[in-house]
Amino acid sequence: MSNLVEIRDLRVDFPTPTGFTQAVRGISFSLGREKLGIVGESGSGKSVTGRALMRLLPEAARVRAGALRFDGIDVLNASERQMRDLRGGRIGLIMQDPKFSLNPVMTVGRQISEAWLAHQKGGKREAREAALALLEQVRIRDPQRVLESYPHEVSGGMGQRVMIAMMLAPNPDLLIADEPTSALDASVQAEILKLIEDLVSARGMGLMLISHDLPLVSRFCDRVVVMYAGQVMEELPARDLHRARHAYTRGLLECMPSLSHKRARLPTLSRDASWLEPRA
Amino acid sequence: MIGVEHLNVHFGSNHVVRDVSFNVAAGETFGLVGESGSGKSTVLRTIAGLNADWNGTLTVAGKTLGHRRDRAFFKAVQMVFQDPYGSLHPRQTVDRILSEPLEVHGIPDAEARIVRALEEVALPRAARFRYPHQLSGGQRQRVAIARALVADPSVLLLDEPTSALDVSVQAEVLNLLADLREARQLTCILVSHNLAVVAHLCERLAVMQGGRIVEVLTEAQLRAGEARHSHTQDLIALSHELEA
Amino acid sequence: MSASTRDWLLTDTPASRSQAKWGRRYQLWLAFRRNPLAVAGLAVVVVMLILAIAAPLLATHDPGVQELGNRLQPPSAEHWLGTDELGRDVWSRLLYGGRVTLGMVVAVVVLVAPLGLIVGCVAGYAGGLLDRLLMRVTDVFLAFPRLILALAFVAAMKPGVESAVIAIALTAWPPYARLARAETLTIRNTDYIAAVRMTGASPWRIIWRHVTPMCLPSLTVRVTLDMSSIILTAAGLGFLGLGAQPPIPEWGTMIATARRFILEQWWVPVIPGIAIFTASLAFNLLGDGLRDVLDPKQR
Repeated sequence: MSNLVEIRDLRVDFPTPTGFTQAVRGISFSLGREKLGIVGESGSGKSVTGRALMRLLPEAARVRAGALRFDGIDVLNASERQMRDLRGGRIGLIMQDPKFSLNPVMTVGRQISEAWLAHQKGGKREAREAALALLEQVRIRDPQRVLESYPHEVSGGMGQRVMIAMMLAPNPDLLIADEPTSALDASVQAEILKLIEDLVSARGMGLMLISHDLPLVSRFCDRVVVMYAGQVMEELPARDLHRARHAYTRGLLECMPSLSHKRARLPTLSRDASWLEPRA
Repeated sequence: MIGVEHLNVHFGSNHVVRDVSFNVAAGETFGLVGESGSGKSTVLRTIAGLNADWNGTLTVAGKTLGHRRDRAFFKAVQMVFQDPYGSLHPRQTVDRILSEPLEVHGIPDAEARIVRALEEVALPRAARFRYPHQLSGGQRQRVAIARALVADPSVLLLDEPTSALDVSVQAEVLNLLADLREARQLTCILVSHNLAVVAHLCERLAVMQGGRIVEVLTEAQLRAGEARHSHTQDLIALSHELEA
Repeated sequence: MSASTRDWLLTDTPASRSQAKWGRRYQLWLAFRRNPLAVAGLAVVVVMLILAIAAPLLATHDPGVQELGNRLQPPSAEHWLGTDELGRDVWSRLLYGGRVTLGMVVAVVVLVAPLGLIVGCVAGYAGGLLDRLLMRVTDVFLAFPRLILALAFVAAMKPGVESAVIAIALTAWPPYARLARAETLTIRNTDYIAAVRMTGASPWRIIWRHVTPMCLPSLTVRVTLDMSSIILTAAGLGFLGLGAQPPIPEWGTMIATARRFILEQWWVPVIPGIAIFTASLAFNLLGDGLRDVLDPKQR
């Protein structure tokens, strides 16, 4: 199987007044048409990795890689035109808060239609029909009404569904979901992730699910990449999570309070200095 | 220690808290659980005096609270907010943030108190003259906790104090809160959407939905799954499911 | 600057209040320095202020002495920028005029900025009746065209530099009050202000110590951008004979009295014009640069 995404030795540095900070320090992984979770705490470089693949980092960032390829396209040297084709076309990006990623003065229907028109051939009528079909696909019960409403008139979970519908409009090959449910209630969270999972499987897309929530990610992905301080600590099949070897992964799992068993104190994560050392 | 009786809160024409009543004993930690929009944070902010439009009866330490709170109230009752990025003044150093309550209440010996407060929340001394943007999320929340405790309150209101933090930092902050509660005999109300967090810290909790309290449980009842209301049962099931 | 001073300023772990404060200022300066136009604006403003302050040392003639046999001379070694219609040295008048014009600008700003800031912050923070009252007063002042209101005001008093300053100040403060109020409305609802309210601080203390510092950057920017329009209003009043009275040299008045000669002896009115233009441009560039550095929303 040819890989959809191929990342080898990716390094991203950001300039600061006193030099460069290394956000990503040489990570490698590949992704086929499967569901990959990238997990780490804030500052681990997980979001930067997703953005580097779409070349959405600020100009000042220094990105280097042995290979950074999407479906054979060299992202680092691709033209701006090619990249526009990828972004929102072949790669869809779902971000944390639909409140900020939807245009507040445009109806939901128009936003989805525009996304569809930007990458597919057809007229306004077809675009509208496509938008309606997409809203049905993301399991919105009353698509006709939602089509006419403005983003502030829909709830957070509904907004995220709309966002997903918009990203699916151009029929992408890869979906990058960056903390897609962190702003939502737990009950809605599970529904949205289930929806993403189903859509990805049904359409045979690749999924890169970026999140800080290890158990959550492991439930919805095939493989999990655990990142810490810009490096990959461990990569393992999601179902083997409870057999994780790396102390960091184990620490993350153990320090969560649990409803089923009581503990007087939570074990805290003692960060080992050796985790910071460059890894082969 | 804290009494809430028939509390109703309106935001314009929205009736966001409906006839909420509960009591918190001295030294107890009481949890308020619910999804967003259930009114749990509003109850907390109303007790804190940050909402004006409410009716009902609120008492703290036997004193009935009016709509305007006096300085003595704010010395006794303090709050920690959800977002450590938003709750610290971006143009003030940690030192300035911590000295503000001391200046307002005219508490002497500020220098020693600030140093002690920083030690208590396990912040390095070097953090004292930094600005919030130079600190990590966990450190900021420690500063917020230090600010709440620097004037020796007896009641601490916690509004989702760890939901903006990484799980490893959450564990540290939860342990810190547990220690401080022990050492200072604090009475706390903890608002959270996370049942596991509430179960970890609280002896009793109320489950809220649509502005009402649907059920009050003890921690043991919660862990044993003895919830009667369907909404509580749903929340528990979900929480178990996500624990994996 | 030595490397150790630089490190001292840029450290992430300052050891004292003053080090933290200076470190932040240095960071702002570093950001400001990256904008060459803004630095140029600052340089021009500083040079102009120095020239105005040092006018007695740099002037080649007494700005008030007339030499009627020597009228409307072109620039020469004796009179660097020529002479005006009464034979007075233009270079010297320009220097002394800078004192009056820039002095007026500074006086207006000193009057206006605090007034607008206080009115806006109080209105925004208090809300309710006080807010409505203060804002309607602001609207009344805002409703008049600036120059017309200033004209009416100066006409009611006696024409002169002081009345011009008060008149301009009277018309200039409402936009600042509006700006400060808008900022305050967003700041008022933040958690960090809620946290300060939880300390039991009085509303005055909250406004003065916690709200105004957050409004200052946008206000500073607005002030520097407005400096040029203050200069122009002052010049306009002078031009109409309602500002500085002759023989006091003031840039606007200098143009006004010399405008008859624009065709034959064009340099006489053009030179003060260039001075006004340069000062306005410099303040605008400075304001733009400050906005980039200070306005947190732009970052």
